[in-house]
Parts: sequence; C-alpha cells; structure tokens
Amino acid sequence: MKFLPTSDADRSEMLRAIGVSSVEDLFASIPGEVRQPPNLPPPLSEIEVRRLLGSLAARNANARESAFFLGAGIYNHYVSAIADQMLYRAEWLTSYTPYQPEVSQGTLQSIFEFQTHICLLTGLDVANASLYEGASALVEALLMASRLCRGRTRAVLSAGIHPEYRETVRTYFSSLGFTSVEVPVGMDGRTDEKALAAAVDDDTFAVAIQSPNFYGIVEDWQIGSRAAHGKGALSVAVVAEAVSMALLAPPGDRGADIACGEAQSLGVPMHLGGPVLGFLACRSEHERQIPGRLVGETRDADGRRAFCLTLSTREQHIRRERATSNICTNQGLMALASNIHCSLLGKKGLREVALQSHAKAEYLKGEIARIPGWRIPFSAPTFNEFVVEAPGPAAPLLSRLAGRGILAGVPLSRWEPESPNRFLVATTEMNAREEMERLVATLRSAS
Amino acid sequence: MNPEDLHYTPSHEWVRIDGDVGTIGITDYAQKELGEIVYLELPEVGHVFNAGDEFGTVESVKAVSELFTPVSGEIVEVNKGAVAEPGIVNDDPFGDGWLIKTKLTTDEEVGKLMTAEQYATYVQQEEKER
Amino acid sequence: MSVELEEKKTPTGDRLHPEPRHEPLVFEVSGEGKVGYSLPPLDVPETVAIPRALCREEIAGETEITEVEVARHFTRLSKLNFSIDEALYPLGSCTMKHNPRVNEEVARLPGFAAAHPLAPEEVSQGALELAWRLEKMLAELTGLARVTLQPAAGAQGELAGILMVRAALAKEGNPRTTVLIPDSAHGTNPASAHFAGYKVRELKSNARGTLDLQVLEEAMTEDVAALMLTVPNTLGIFENQILEIARIVHAKGGYLYCDGANFNSFVGIAKPGTMGIDVMHMNLHKTFSTPHGGGGPGAGPAAVAERLVPFLPRPTIERRADGTFFLDHDRPESIGRLRTFLGNFGMFVRALAYISSYGNRIGEVARGAVLNANYIRAGLAGVYHLKYDAPTMHEVVFSDKKQTASGVHAMDIGKRLMDYGFHPPTISFPLIVHGALMIEPTETESKPGLDAFVAAMREIARESEEDPQIVKTAPHTTPVRRVDEVSAARNLVLAWRPEKHEP
Repeated sequence: MKFLPTSDADRSEMLRAIGVSSVEDLFASIPGEVRQPPNLPPPLSEIEVRRLLGSLAARNANARESAFFLGAGIYNHYVSAIADQMLYRAEWLTSYTPYQPEVSQGTLQSIFEFQTHICLLTGLDVANASLYEGASALVEALLMASRLCRGRTRAVLSAGIHPEYRETVRTYFSSLGFTSVEVPVGMDGRTDEKALAAAVDDDTFAVAIQSPNFYGIVEDWQIGSRAAHGKGALSVAVVAEAVSMALLAPPGDRGADIACGEAQSLGVPMHLGGPVLGFLACRSEHERQIPGRLVGETRDADGRRAFCLTLSTREQHIRRERATSNICTNQGLMALASNIHCSLLGKKGLREVALQSHAKAEYLKGEIARIPGWRIPFSAPTFNEFVVEAPGPAAPLLSRLAGRGILAGVPLSRWEPESPNRFLVATTEMNAREEMERLVATLRSAS
Repeated sequence: MNPEDLHYTPSHEWVRIDGDVGTIGITDYAQKELGEIVYLELPEVGHVFNAGDEFGTVESVKAVSELFTPVSGEIVEVNKGAVAEPGIVNDDPFGDGWLIKTKLTTDEEVGKLMTAEQYATYVQQEEKER
Repeated sequence: MSVELEEKKTPTGDRLHPEPRHEPLVFEVSGEGKVGYSLPPLDVPETVAIPRALCREEIAGETEITEVEVARHFTRLSKLNFSIDEALYPLGSCTMKHNPRVNEEVARLPGFAAAHPLAPEEVSQGALELAWRLEKMLAELTGLARVTLQPAAGAQGELAGILMVRAALAKEGNPRTTVLIPDSAHGTNPASAHFAGYKVRELKSNARGTLDLQVLEEAMTEDVAALMLTVPNTLGIFENQILEIARIVHAKGGYLYCDGANFNSFVGIAKPGTMGIDVMHMNLHKTFSTPHGGGGPGAGPAAVAERLVPFLPRPTIERRADGTFFLDHDRPESIGRLRTFLGNFGMFVRALAYISSYGNRIGEVARGAVLNANYIRAGLAGVYHLKYDAPTMHEVVFSDKKQTASGVHAMDIGKRLMDYGFHPPTISFPLIVHGALMIEPTETESKPGLDAFVAAMREIARESEEDPQIVKTAPHTTPVRRVDEVSAARNLVLAWRPEKHEP
C-alpha cells in the first residue's frame, strides 16, 4: 500500500524487537469472537479514485457551469486563486492544533489575524478562532449569554433567523431546560419590533436577530439591543452573509453584545455547505465566557513577540463538564482561508464586493418585479438576497430551470409550506448582467 | 514548611483562626502543583458558605481547580490584591497570597481539619500514589 | 544524535526553520493605496438602497496590501509551523497520519467545491450518492445499522450520540439523569454529556488502566443513561472485557457509547457493533485521514444500532427503489439538527477517497499503527516510566517520573524534542498519568523514522540526567524560544488594534 512505509524486512525486525512473532499477536486483547474483516470492495488505485469521485462530482450542478443565484446561508463569492493554493502547503494542511507554540507560530499568528479581521468587521473587541458553522455558532452565542445571565431560561429569537439555525437551537436547548421563543417578521419582512420587545421578560437571557435576515432584509441591530437591555438580557447579532458586514453598520456599533454566524462568504468555497466557517465575537467584559479557542499575544524567552493559545481553562480538555462548550477543534484551515481572503480584499475590496453584490441584487429585483404576475412580497430594504413570489409553485419551476443550467433560487416551501410560490434569489459579484438578463427572460417565458 | 498554626483540608486549602475570623488560602503544595496562577475567581463579601462548599476557582495556564471552604461562615473580606496580581499566591501562599476572610459560624469545625504534620503525611501519601 | 546549538548563529542554514523567523502581522505589512484584488467593472447601475443609518463607514484598520505581499506573508508564516510532511508528529489521540494528496484534488472538483447544499435534488444526485456510499462504508466498518454524517467534529458527534440515547430513553418514559465516564476519557466526553443535559459520574480506572467491572456494576443503576467508553482508551489499552461491560450496561437498560477517536487501532480488524456498542462517533480527520488543517475542519459521523435509528439527526439520506437519492426530512422522532445542511461535505469526499483506496485491506492501517506504537514502546521501555503496562494498541503513555528527580518535566521533554526535529507528544494527558507523554506514531511512519524518534527520546533522557538545564530551557532551535503562556493569560491581548500599533 502506498501509504504504508514499512517493508517486510522492517516488519520482521520490529516484531523481533517487540518480542512477538506476528502482528496479530498485538491484537490479543480484542476478544476473538468480535474480530471480523470488513466486507468492502478491493482497494482502488489513484486513477480509479479520481474516476469514481469524478463521476460523482459530474452529477452535481455547480456554480462554474450554471447561471447561479442560490444563497440562503451559503453564497457564491469569488475566492482568489492564491487563497486556495496556499491551503495546499503542507505546513498549513498537515499541522494540528497549535498546542505547542514554539513550532506553531504560523497557525497561531494567522488565527490572531483572523480574530482581528472579525473584530474589525463586527465592531466588537474579542473574536474566537472560529466555530463549526453559523447555526452552532448561534447556539454557542446563546449558551454564552445564558451563562452571563445565570438562572434565566429563555431566548427570544426573531423568526427572520435562518430556519436551520433556529432548528439547531431547538435541538441543543431540548436537553438543557432552555426554551426559544420566536417572534414573527412583519408584513414588510422586518422583525416586528413591538412584538420583539413584548416577548422579552425577566427570564430572558438573550435576544437574537439576524441581518440581513433569512429573507435578505436589512434589520437594525438596535431593535434587538433595546429589547434585550431593557430586561438585562444580552443582545445577539446573527450574520449569515458575512460580506454584508463591509457595508452595513457593525453589530458592535449598534448595541450588540455578541455577534455570531457564518463567514463562508469571506473566502471559503460553498462545499455543499461544509466545511464552512462559524464565527463569534463579543465585548471584552464577557471574554471569559467565550467558547472555543482563543489566541493571544505574548513574548518568548528572548522577549520577541509570539502568540499562543490562551484562556484554555475555559475549554473542555481542562474544565471537562464545566467547560464553556464541548467544542474541541475549530475550523482552522477555513479560518486561514478567510484571513488570506480578507487580507487580500482589505479595506477597499471587502466594501466593493459588498457594494457590487448589493447593486446586482437591486437591479435583478427591479427587473423581476416588472415581469407581469411576479411579485416582490417584502418592501423593506435588502442586501444581496430577496424573496420572489412566482405566479405558481416555485419548487417544480426551479427544478425545471436547474435542468436547463439556471440555478435560479431556493424555494421557501421546505420551511414555509404555506408559501409554495416564494423563493429566495441571491446575487454576488460573480453574477454578470448577461446571466441576470437570461434569468429574467426565462422567468418571463415560464409564467 | 506548612505553618504549624494553620488547619488544612484534603483539597489543599488552609485556614488561620483569629478570634471569630478565619483567613483562608491554598497551600504551598497546591500552588506548586498548579504552577503559575493566572486567574482567581472569588465570591463577593456577604456570601455565606457551609464548610466544604465551593467558593471559587483558581486557574493556572493549564489547570483549573475549585476552591472549597474549610469552615462555615460569611465572607467579610476578599483579597483584591491577589485577584489583581494572582502571582502573589505563588509567591506567598500562606501570607499575602491569602484568598478570603470569613466570619465563622461555629468553632467546632476546625477540630476536624488536619494539623500541619497530618497534612504533610497526607501529601506524601498522595505523591506516592502517582 | 546531538544538536549543534552553535548553529543558531547561521540560521539561514537551518533547513527546518529558514529566516525570517519573525513575521509582522498582515495589518503591519499594509500600506495605503495598495490593492490585492481585481473585480470586473460594475455592469449594473451603482446604488445603495439601504438607509444611511444602517450602513457603516470604511472598515478602519483593514488591510491595503498586494497579492505579492500576501504570498510572501503566508508562505513565511507557514514555515513557522511543524507539519506531518516534515517528520513524525506523535501527538497522542490525534492520529497525525499522512494525508493523501489526491483527496485534496478530488474535493476541489467543481461538482463538490462549487456546488450548493440547497440546489434541487435532481441536480445533486452525485453528492447525495457520495454521502450515501460513505454512510454504507462506515456502517460496514462499525458493524452498526446507520450513520449520521452531519456532526461537524468529534465533539458534535458525541453530543449527537448522547442526544439520541436521551431521545430513546425519553420515549420509553425516562431519559435518566447520569452518564458514566472513566477518568481516562477525553475532556469532550464529560462536556458533551453535560450539554446533553446529563450529570457526569467519573469511574476510576483499575491498576491495569482499564475499567473496573466492580466499580461499573456498582455505578450502573437504572438512573444511568449511558456509559461513554473510549475504545481503546486514552492509555492505548483495549478494554479486553468489553463484552462483559456491554452486558452490565445493557442489563440495566443503559446504552454503551463508544468514543471512536481511537478507531484507527482496530478499523478493519473488529466491528464495534459486534462488541455490544450501541452508538459510536468517528473522527474523519483521525482514522480516515482528512487533513487536520492547523485545527480543523473535522468531521464526526456517529453510527448507531438499529434501536437508535429513528432518532438520527434530520435529514437522513435515502435511496428510492428507482436508484435515485433524496434527503428525508420527515423523521418525527429525530433529535433534530445539529448544524446547517449535510455536514462537512468536503471531508466526506476525502474520507470516501481514503476508504476506497484501502478497500477490504483497511485492516492494514490498524496493523501498522499498532505495530509502530509497540515498537516505540519497546524502544523506550526502561528509559521512561510506564505506569500501565497492559498491551499497547495504537498509542503508548509514558511519564516523566524517572526524570522529575533532576527537575525535568514532561513539558520540558516535549520542548526538547523540537530541537531534534520532532513534534512533541501529547503532554499532561490523560490526567490519570501524572506528567504524561502520550505517543501515537500512526501507521504512516517508517522504521527509520521511528528509530530516529526513539534515539532522540533516549538522548533526552540521558541529557535529563547529565545536563538537565539544556532540556529545561528547550527549545533552542525553533522560530521562537519558549513562549510565555502565563503572561498571555494574565495580560490578554486577543486582537491587533489599529489605534495601538506596536510591532
């Protein structure tokens, strides 16, 4: 086997040194009756592996070969060639958690830089080294808030938060004795501020809203902050389209105590939804309750700047069942990709990507609104995604279009069966006007 | 090296009795085991604890240890200097590195604690079992 | 073997750590007016249709930097890292094995990397089939009925597993209150049990380093939901009484959870399902060689026995009679979702490629891993203290007991290993071995590599007696000297601040 470097001669010598006659002898502590070889096909060569995986990949529509308007939490932004190629370097790819700072300064410094990018984007003081993805990042943010408001048991969530995020919250809460209360969005697609404030009580530890919300609508973080702070709860800002943070007011500037969500759109390919990149940031007064890894700056024995993991006593490998989270690994390679991406785009590029994504959405929204029988049901401002109401059921239409190389949107019917005609359309800097015109023409002829 | 006038717990705290006030800290052995202390979490004045209750935590870079009060009583003072500069606990665990002072509820509990000599034997035994 | 410390004077001659050893932060490389990207001109009318109050000014402090500088910065930073491709990386419990490179390429095929999780099912059949096939393979290897691929990492797999146990018990009327966990377990086990709503009761290991059946019998009441057992445990010892353990747990209506972080030591040799294990998570980044990436992404599929199948996270991946695949969201007894979408799909691609490469010979992985660990054990026996001498599987846990007399601790030994060109083992874990040195070589290490490691460890033991200072002040040849973690924790600096520019 090409991944096994031990020759037969070496093996014999090793067995002699160990003092056994065969490798099987080393497995003596596994009861004989449970030993059983697997029923798998014979090994594949590298060529056959490529063939197998290639044939599976070929059966998936993808953004390189389609007109592409899918979003709903995963976005088709451009990833620079260098951001991906850098990930191939063995020093990044085949290293692990930087527990030993003297031989991990690369990873540590990169995480420190990633933490800084997230702080600059969110307007908050402290960001962790990343979390799995957006939904579990929201869970971690809420659990963090529950520790900071000990004794309280409710979280108030806007129904404008991604439905899979809310479902994840319910899963985690079910066994912890916490409840989540969902406040509906109003007629214009925005979270109903009055209903939000009314839902918060003295037992509430957090109020969470998402912006842009699941319908693409820009919310004001302040409605969450006002509702939360009036009752001594924490305000949690959820971001599923991280590019928006380059254009929209940062959560930290408008009262949010914790910002969390999904940073896939900052340099990580869509990957069918994973691996992506959760993030979480907070104010420094709450830093001891932050979950996950943190990198801090320090000095080495010669007094030079160096970095290391810090505040590890919050974590499971030390505090065990009393840890701030059960999370062990972060999304190291994705955080690196995002650091490279944000560094390349920087101050101007991040904003320009956000502006282009927004301008294209505005154009497309306007064009679709002009098709007879088609409607944009929500009137509130959107960022780069919006809800479209078709004259008939959306899901079959979208499947049909997908067969013709147009991935036109994500139907809402999976989460909102009462809205069978509605779907989400997203744009990014990747969408050329020509493909938007093609989409509009196709929708026009489909109605 | 363990002061004779203190009383010790199996979880490596000590208490010094002055009238009805008990001063509580961790032992030299405990601070050595933990390594350099970076953070102390201590209760606020006014809290009431029973003997054996957890009253806080002490953290080094790689370890965290719960603190248990050896005697029942109300917290009357917290060592703010140690909270600000936790290294004091390493440097002077039986002196300036004390943690809390408590007004004793009863004087009957102290007798159940270990003497310096008993504690030394206890630590020796613990080290041997490693 | 010896290290020439004088060579520090000519650092550029050091193959492993070329200069510069100190790299400014990317924010410090930045210079006004530089650009590192290019976008097509905007081909639609420029507009901002969002109220000004909800918009921000420019992102103060963000970079202005060219691609050239980005290339240099991240290449230089990378060289400050130790990696598997450089030498033995014996981090116990982490299974630092070679990562096949074809896996990286296939994972980047546009049909995977540029595909969207919410594309219509009709145009996502390849992805669904891939996940379905991987599930089938993992079910075969574990001997269990079904597998959820959704958990993002091992710890989330643990949570999924315990939540399924909870759901199954709740359905019978009582979710119970307690989970039993041996004192040798990974820290994630008690943390996951806690986040699944359970109290944790720790079980003391016996003198052999395994579970004490009497202790288990006594602790295993009808209030216990599950026993979480790491197999082999973190001492690298297989619970040879596993069948009896399963019997005791099942007799009281509990579930046997297996932490499969160490599956690399018996994959393809024995099936956990046949040992009475009801639920088990695996780490694709350990046993199945998806890259560790400096700390993730992981992937932690959880396999379950038939009686837990109804409770699997939503959605499951199913095959219709006509051979097409679909996501089944209609699972009323499911514990729900643990995250968005399907899971870390990119890791599924790599794991499927890896398992396919070995196919029915995957047992060779375990044989190689166990052989290598035992060879290291033989090479270091007597030189380092071995608290538990039961047979070693994929990893061996020595301690610093013989060295502490001269003031040398496990951490010092680990740091000194860096000077010999190796990554340290896992230090100070498992907690039941004071001063632990947990060594896992994996199967992808050759005999010469193992010999060099053993020689270095023996040399460090000699130094610890004859010249302990050199060990206690190690490392001497790394990009930075020993890092002050105490001051990092006492004076927290967690981000660069534009206003406090201080290189």
